[in-house]
Amino acid sequence: MLKRVHFPPSVLPYLLVAPQVIITLVFFIWPASQALYQSFLIEDAFGLSSEFVWFENFVYLWNDEIYLATFWRTGWFSLAVAGLSMSFALVLAGFADRVVRGAMIYRTLLIWPYAVAPVLAGALWVFMFNPTLGIFPYFLEFAGIDWNHYLKSGQAMLLVILAAAWKQVAYNFLFYLAAMQSIPKTVIEAAAIDGAGPIKRFATIIFPLISPTTFFLLVINAVYAFFDTFGIIHAITQGGPAGSTTILVYKVFNDGFVGLDLGGSAAQSVILMFLVISMTVVQFGYVERKVEY
Amino acid sequence: MANINLVNLTKSYDNTEVLHHIEGSIADGEFIVIVGPSGCGKSTLLRMIAGLETVTSGEVFIGDKMVNDVEPAHRDIAMVFQNYALYPHMSVEQNMAYGLKIRGLPKDEIAKRVREAAEILEITEYLSRKPRQLSGGQRQRVAMGRAIVRDPQVFLFDEPLSNLDAKLRVQMRLEIRKLQKRLGVTSIYVTHDQVEAMTLGDRLMVLNAGYVEQFGTPVELYQCPETVFVAGFIGSPSMNFLSVTVADGVLTLENGATVAFSNGHSGTALLGVRPESLIANPDGAVRLKVEMVEQLGANTLVHGHLEGTGTEMVASLPGIETVESGTVLRFDAPQEALHLFDAATQKRLET
Amino acid sequence: MVERRPFIVFLTHFILVVGVVAIALPIWITFVAASHSEIRMTQVPLPLWPGDQLWVNFKNTLFGNGLEGTETAPVWLMLTNSLVMAMMISIGKIAISLLSAFAIVYFKFPFRMGIFWLIFITLMLPVEVRILPTFEVVAQLGMLNSYWGLTIPLIASATATFMFRQVFLTIPDEMLESARIDGAGPMRFFWDILLPLSRTNIAALFVILFIYGWNQYLWPLLITTDQDMTTIVISIKQMLEVAEASPQWNIVMMVALLAMLPPILVVIGMQKLFVQGLTETDK
Repeated sequence: MLKRVHFPPSVLPYLLVAPQVIITLVFFIWPASQALYQSFLIEDAFGLSSEFVWFENFVYLWNDEIYLATFWRTGWFSLAVAGLSMSFALVLAGFADRVVRGAMIYRTLLIWPYAVAPVLAGALWVFMFNPTLGIFPYFLEFAGIDWNHYLKSGQAMLLVILAAAWKQVAYNFLFYLAAMQSIPKTVIEAAAIDGAGPIKRFATIIFPLISPTTFFLLVINAVYAFFDTFGIIHAITQGGPAGSTTILVYKVFNDGFVGLDLGGSAAQSVILMFLVISMTVVQFGYVERKVEY
Repeated sequence: MANINLVNLTKSYDNTEVLHHIEGSIADGEFIVIVGPSGCGKSTLLRMIAGLETVTSGEVFIGDKMVNDVEPAHRDIAMVFQNYALYPHMSVEQNMAYGLKIRGLPKDEIAKRVREAAEILEITEYLSRKPRQLSGGQRQRVAMGRAIVRDPQVFLFDEPLSNLDAKLRVQMRLEIRKLQKRLGVTSIYVTHDQVEAMTLGDRLMVLNAGYVEQFGTPVELYQCPETVFVAGFIGSPSMNFLSVTVADGVLTLENGATVAFSNGHSGTALLGVRPESLIANPDGAVRLKVEMVEQLGANTLVHGHLEGTGTEMVASLPGIETVESGTVLRFDAPQEALHLFDAATQKRLET
Repeated sequence: MVERRPFIVFLTHFILVVGVVAIALPIWITFVAASHSEIRMTQVPLPLWPGDQLWVNFKNTLFGNGLEGTETAPVWLMLTNSLVMAMMISIGKIAISLLSAFAIVYFKFPFRMGIFWLIFITLMLPVEVRILPTFEVVAQLGMLNSYWGLTIPLIASATATFMFRQVFLTIPDEMLESARIDGAGPMRFFWDILLPLSRTNIAALFVILFIYGWNQYLWPLLITTDQDMTTIVISIKQMLEVAEASPQWNIVMMVALLAMLPPILVVIGMQKLFVQGLTETDK
């Protein structure tokens, strides 16, 4: 936590932390407390007066079927993105770990989607799936599938999930590969001598040993799906059709900046804040437990 | 060059006193070794002299100046750390020059001093290397060089040899001793190794649980230990301790054996006798029942018990001896090799 | 590794190649689209192999005015904006994090733990959960449509501060003691010893933060209304909307290519630092 020896007391440490503290107070703490305060207010239609209403905004959200639907949608959207992306990455990492030479080449070829901005990922996928021009709808038509994510909510959600998962594969792959490579080779060899084949070894030795990484990635992917997918959704569906791809973050943005419902948007922000806090607590509380090799 | 005075020095962490009323004066040019088991406070004492730890009460004088509130940089000291603390991103030359550069010495003066120190330590050919490209012994020399170039009033060494292997340790020990004699700089050296302490120091300060047990020359410590702790700590193998009763010029051992001894004390006491002071004698009063024998070549160590008791004893026989376990050997010891200690205060009982 | 049976080796490489192709496909299609003429990009099926218009499209995009029928800023200006924003965010984050980690690790001062927790809390307040009020603060400070408004609200970083704190804690105490005996004051120690010793950590963090800064979307979207402040990543969304009405996919995809090229080059070119940065900041 702290060094045994220190520099003698002076004003210097205060000057050193000043930039970070000032920025944190002005752009983090103050706005967050404002959001908290506003979540207890209801403004009239013209924004001229506001009334302190305690938890009315939250009660309203609780009874709002659209909000509840968004809440659950966000949940399973996150699970779908995390599950798809992590299992794809796990398989690739499992095979890359077996490659003696060239593992780094595969790594190089697999990591760069990480560098693509979410909104660009959205643009790429929306182009590939453009109903009139896109490559994929062209081929899907032969299979008898009529693709139009502008009209069909299931297809819209599928496209958003695909784009979001695609971008995150790189990250998951890196962490899985690193975790697998840190397992001592002797452990694997001991299992081989015990008679476990490659698949059995993966299932009974490697996968259990990398379970902390899986847990860690689950949290990171959930946070990613909650917040960083805004650009993807904004580019592909703008939350549509009929709100079927609206997740919590998108709704905060929509209600606040487009709908100008300050109190409602602030209450949603506060709920999001609690979600982030609980995820952070989970991440710090459990991820620290590492497997002893 | 400077003398050092420690006056009633005390150190506490969170109201727990770890060093108690340390007194000591060190003459100009003297080589002092602070020795004691780990956790005795010896490093803390050294760091207080360096200015890296604050003084809780008492005073530290370097030269005639009280330096309690003087920054380490201004105490005119140099320190060699156990892990050397070389700056890993700087070359050997830059490492040695860094302190001089900060002090604003002219470039050619810095270069001259670094060159001289490098020659003394025979590290001239490594000057452009980084610390990680050096062996342990070479790093040790660079750490010394960094101290020498500063031409300080005092050298402080914090277990500088404990990261080296045994052979190199003996070699560097001699070199440090020669170097210190040559430069004549007052030095304080901390170690837990009593052999290192005995061979290096002009005087030794034996520290135990935050108290100074004894402060004297190696010979004084060996011949005339003030406390049971010093008696047991100095010398290898350790001194034997036997419970005795003293009355009318006769010592009675636990098993009833008696030894003539004129000391003037009476009552129970602790008798200390070094293994190498025990002399085999078929008529000797001390009977040792042998359990195990260690043949070291130059001498033979005989481990066992005082016959009829559970008190462990070791005797050292010159040369190679073959002794069966179970045999009883008899020893005598000259009067001047017997040390008598008060069983309660653990202090030496002088004649 | 055990088992060198040819079939397993073949299967391993086969699956990896399939994976690489699947991952690379969207970017390949982007590249192909950017290398064809506008006319070709309206004919179904769209090409899967590159055409010969890459250079023409590149020139028209970089020095032209983007799409016909819109008034976006020139692409080179948007690229510049993105670069300035990414650099300001990454350098700003690194600078303030280094300083506060230095203060927290090497000084003992009242409110030290309070400040530590204050910084920790920022971890739990991503820009998405405080957009509206933060937007209001920036508006009141008159920082809308400026580089300052784009970057400063994003540069307080708990992760970077924690990372440097971790790095400093692994530097042996004797380094500081030795420097103090050598006569180095706090700032001298910071410059001469701490910064050089954290060099690779700084570089690794820079790679991650550059990508983070370059890819910012929601925040610039809100606070830049002036076309001249638009970043390249923002412009893609506007172009997508225009492309729905009058398809110029070759240009849109060329812009997308230009927008993703700098961060991709950084990731590929500095792969080792990138991996180090990623694992250090998130663990």
